[in-house]
Order: sequence, then structure tokens, then C-alpha cells
Amino acid sequence: MLNYIWAGMLLAGILYALFTGNMEAVSNACLDYAESAVKLCITMAGAMALWVGLMEIAGQAGMIKKFTARLQPFISFLFPDVPADHPARGFIATNIVANILGLGWACTPAGLKAMEELAKLEEERGTPGYETAGRKVKGDRAASDAMCAFLILNISSLQLIPVNMIVYRTKYGSENPSGIILPAILATCFSTLAGILYIKMRYGRKNRC
Amino acid sequence: MLMRLSVIIIPALIFYIILNGVLNRTDVYDAFVKGAMDGLKTVVNIMPTLVGLMVAVGVLRASGFLSFLGEIFGGVTERMGIGAEFVPLVFIKMFSSSAATGLVLDIFKQYGPDSRTGLLTSIMMSSTETCFYTMSVYYMAAKVKKTRWTLPGALLATAAGIAASAVIVAYL
Repeated sequence: MLNYIWAGMLLAGILYALFTGNMEAVSNACLDYAESAVKLCITMAGAMALWVGLMEIAGQAGMIKKFTARLQPFISFLFPDVPADHPARGFIATNIVANILGLGWACTPAGLKAMEELAKLEEERGTPGYETAGRKVKGDRAASDAMCAFLILNISSLQLIPVNMIVYRTKYGSENPSGIILPAILATCFSTLAGILYIKMRYGRKNRC
Repeated sequence: MLMRLSVIIIPALIFYIILNGVLNRTDVYDAFVKGAMDGLKTVVNIMPTLVGLMVAVGVLRASGFLSFLGEIFGGVTERMGIGAEFVPLVFIKMFSSSAATGLVLDIFKQYGPDSRTGLLTSIMMSSTETCFYTMSVYYMAAKVKKTRWTLPGALLATAAGIAASAVIVAYL
């Protein structure tokens, strides 16, 4: 995906400059922006080291595990057809916690494991399209209710502290870089609430299309 | 008010985490150093991406293409009192977070992070996710082709996030 976006941006920009005669500006911009990217990383390195370091403490002190356990009632509410002892639940919880804490590197692996486990759950149930390996599968695999709900929850954004945004704001001279934390939490609550309402409307309805 | 209260969140969080660590007899300092190393590695890993994408955005801006896009959407954004670059940002954010980051930095550079456009950008970026990217990666893992009601729900949540950001910025 990024392949086409990136190529498109560069090709469109250079072609456009050809027509507007801004070629010299484009030439300078290449080097300028490359330099500011590296400068930004240097600014960001401090905040990232601090944040991930704190999260490592939270992980070793068992705080993340406790958080995950506390999330189980919420998971039962959102995924009523995933059995209580199913491994998918653990991964879903880890993914949600990592999302809330803004641990990008921890939430994707857990999310992918959760999707695999949810697919296995459908295999166990013998849902059409999910027959186990060896047998020929008829038709395309359709997402289960739990998968749809899990994806919507992820895309609705759960992040509590937008660490990256705060760093970028610092870099460009904001007077109050972390001032966006509460407004962002409020906006995130709205998007997540809209997502959950929609999940509750569609979950368990029989139409598989 | 919201912005002033936000200031205490990070110190409070640090205090809470360290206190919990000490009470649980964790080697807080060792853990921190190990985690900090991981954090630095993440930064090094995204550095090439960021160079590539910021150069691409730089080329787009210097060529005048961004202002051209801005003129197209100018009517809508002008009435809301925000910069025209906000509209393309919303679309790019749905496909790629890092590509969007390049555009965000450009907006901060142009308007300043504390301007109306800058604040809206900060809050919108924090309350939405990369819809299409997440869907393609996650469904690939489950080998699913038909996504059923995922996309309408995801778009609804994204739209709610953007709308909420706009309303909140109006009251800040």
C-alpha cells in the first residue's frame, strides 16, 4: 500500500513542479526535509526511550498482566460467543491493553495472534470456508462476528497518551505540547463509543454477507 | 481547562508506575534501561521511513501540489477556519500512519502546533487509526476475504473521531 502512496507522492510532485516551474524549490526541499526527518528522530529518541522504559517497568511489575485480567468482563461483553477459556481472549486483552498504552510494537503481534485464534475457533465450529488444512475449501472465507468486532475496536483507536503527537508538537515549538492529552482522550472515547454501538447492533445477526 | 489539566497526566503516570514497581520489588532501574534501549531501537527502525516520507511530502509542498489540493477543498475548510491540508491528511491517515506523519509535520511547520489547524490535526491524529492498513494486515493473518460489516463500522468510528475532534477544538 505504502509503495504506491510514496511513489505517487514523489512522481506527482516532480511532474507538477515541471508545469509550475518550481523545480529549484523541489530540489532544495529534498535535502531540507531529509535533514529535518533525522533531526526529528533525535528529538523523538528521548521521549521514546523514556516511555518504553516506563512500560518495561510496568510489564515487569506485573501491572500489564493485572490490567489484562481486569479486562475480561469487558471482553465477555463485546465478544459473547468467544468461550471463556479460549486463548483468543488473552491475545485480544493484550492487544487492547497495548493499544491503550500506545505500545505499537506490542499490539500488532498480539492482534495478529488474536485473529489466528479467532480463525481456529471458526474451524472448530466447522463454519463454511474454515475447514482445516488438507480438505478443499469451498468459497471465500468470511469474517466471523468476533473478527469484525475486534477490527472495529482496533480501528476506533484506544490510545490514551498520544506520545508521538506530543513529541512532534514539542519539536515545532508548541507552548503546551501535552495539552492535547485530555482532548484526545475525549475524542477517542467518542470514536470508540460509536464503534461499540455499531458492534452491538450487528453482532450475532445471521446475515453472512 | 482540558489543556491545563493534561499537564499533570505524565508526571502522575510516571509516579504511579515507579511506585508500583518499587512496591512489587521490581528492579525498576534495570527494567527502565532495558526498555529505553528497545525504545531507541524503534526510533532507529522508523528513521529510514521517516526520511523517505518527509522528502515525499516536501516535494509535494515545494512543487505547489499541496496548495493546489488545498484550493480544491478550500471552500469547506475555510468555513471551518482550518488549513486546507487537513482534508488530504484525513484520507492519507486511513492508509498509512507514517505517510500521514509526514503531512502532520508539514502542517505544524506551516501553521504551528498550537494554531486551530495544528490542534485539530493533533487531536484527530490521536483519535483515529489507519483503517485500511489495519484491515488488510489483520485479515491477511486470518486468511479472510469477505470482511462483512467491518468496513462500515470502522468508517463510522473514524468519522465519529474526526467529528468529535472538530467539536472539541471549537471549545478549547
